[in-house]
Amino acid sequence: MDTNSNSYTFIFSAVMVIVVAALLSLAATALQPRQAENVKQESWQNILKSVNIDVSRAESEEAYNKYIVEELVIQNGQVVEGMHPLEIVLADEVKKPLEDRKNPLYVAEKDGETFFVIPLRGGGLWGPIWGFVSLKKDASTIYGANFDHKSETPGLGAEINQSFFYNQFQDKNILNDEGVFKSVVVKKGGGSGPHEVDGISGGTVTSDGVTDMLKNCLAGYVDYLKARSSKHEQDLPVEEIEVDDPTEDDQIDIPEGGESEEEVV
Amino acid sequence: MSTETVDKTKDKEPLFSKKNRKLLKDPMNDDNPITVQVLGICSALAITVQLKPAVVMAMSVVFVMAAGNIIISLLRNMIPQRVRIIVMLTVIAALVILVDQVLKAYLFDVSKQLSVFIGLIITNCIIMGRFEAFAMGNGVWRSFLDGVGNAAGYGVILILVSIFREFFGTGTLWGIQLIPESWYMSNGGFYSDNGMMLLPPMALISVALIIWVQRSYNRKLIEEN
Repeated sequence: MDTNSNSYTFIFSAVMVIVVAALLSLAATALQPRQAENVKQESWQNILKSVNIDVSRAESEEAYNKYIVEELVIQNGQVVEGMHPLEIVLADEVKKPLEDRKNPLYVAEKDGETFFVIPLRGGGLWGPIWGFVSLKKDASTIYGANFDHKSETPGLGAEINQSFFYNQFQDKNILNDEGVFKSVVVKKGGGSGPHEVDGISGGTVTSDGVTDMLKNCLAGYVDYLKARSSKHEQDLPVEEIEVDDPTEDDQIDIPEGGESEEEVV
Repeated sequence: MSTETVDKTKDKEPLFSKKNRKLLKDPMNDDNPITVQVLGICSALAITVQLKPAVVMAMSVVFVMAAGNIIISLLRNMIPQRVRIIVMLTVIAALVILVDQVLKAYLFDVSKQLSVFIGLIITNCIIMGRFEAFAMGNGVWRSFLDGVGNAAGYGVILILVSIFREFFGTGTLWGIQLIPESWYMSNGGFYSDNGMMLLPPMALISVALIIWVQRSYNRKLIEEN
């Protein structure tokens, strides 16, 4: 057979394309459920990791159901009823202006304490970066954080997913003493104070990406969390005060009564 | 070029005859894809900052190259000459995507470690080079050996460079701290990591150093002029 004739070339190419396409789509469809499961488990794992709970991927579902007590969507400081955080494509939301943005929020309870877990999404040098940060009940102090990336430079920007980097965020504050949103800045050459952490040398663009991501993503929660945390504090000692907050229904009960009194300034 | 140079030795030859062993051995030294043919430099540069990704990359390339060489060798008499490069690219891309999908489903952690590198395999010029230069004109077994040999030759250099860069760049190997913390200037010691090791130019400089060493004991590699 003449393998160089036009018709043979066309037939060969057509057959090859069909075979390869069939093979790949078969593989993709067959493996898709397992892959999706892995991705979901990983995000559970990361949510838990941000409140400093380390679990293996296999245990993540059980632990997630145990610790995460609320899954909310926040828009403009209000809870959007009937929406689940998983319905939200964070990569699209973070590009919208603040008032149109739907912000997913997870509320965790660990050892009787409440933590707010906020998913983050932004851009690094080569591709997207993302992560989770958890705030304490005062809506300002960071309890834990973790980050990951798609394709940052190994040894440089890629180090954002290492514990030496993300552990720096613990006990930093996103609000200043007056309660104004300051976020946390990743600073080149050493960070100090409650709103700065040390950057990664050689990974400046990725470090800046983390800064922008924190600032952009956290901004959508500040109003809601501030309202919610001050409500906690007011609610407990004087119960007769009527708080006309439409999100009241979503408020969880605070079983440990005396707890939050310590935080009343 | 003729694909008609089908190997005449196929039947009677032992599997690891001297000639076949040469296919495995040559790329390690005399015909190394990186240090002698100077191919695949781009990926050598991108992923040699740390040892672990370099090892995983080397293993992935061994797989893709061996499997690709087998497939091309099987198809070699059917592939129309005028579209052969496209056919090769399709084979590589399909293999790489397949590997990526399987890793994502069954070895999720490894797949995360590899992330972007797995895509980089597609652009590895050594693979195309071996398909075109060897698998198109040789039998399946010989092509397989050639693929494994060349990928291993590539991998050895990757691993050497990444050991060099990770150790001097971050004081670790495979992520384990080897240089005592107390040596560091930040802890009152005298030592500081060489940050330049982590930057791309050091990959080229390390490869050049390896070429230098290799040529100084393997004199036949030195050009006449």
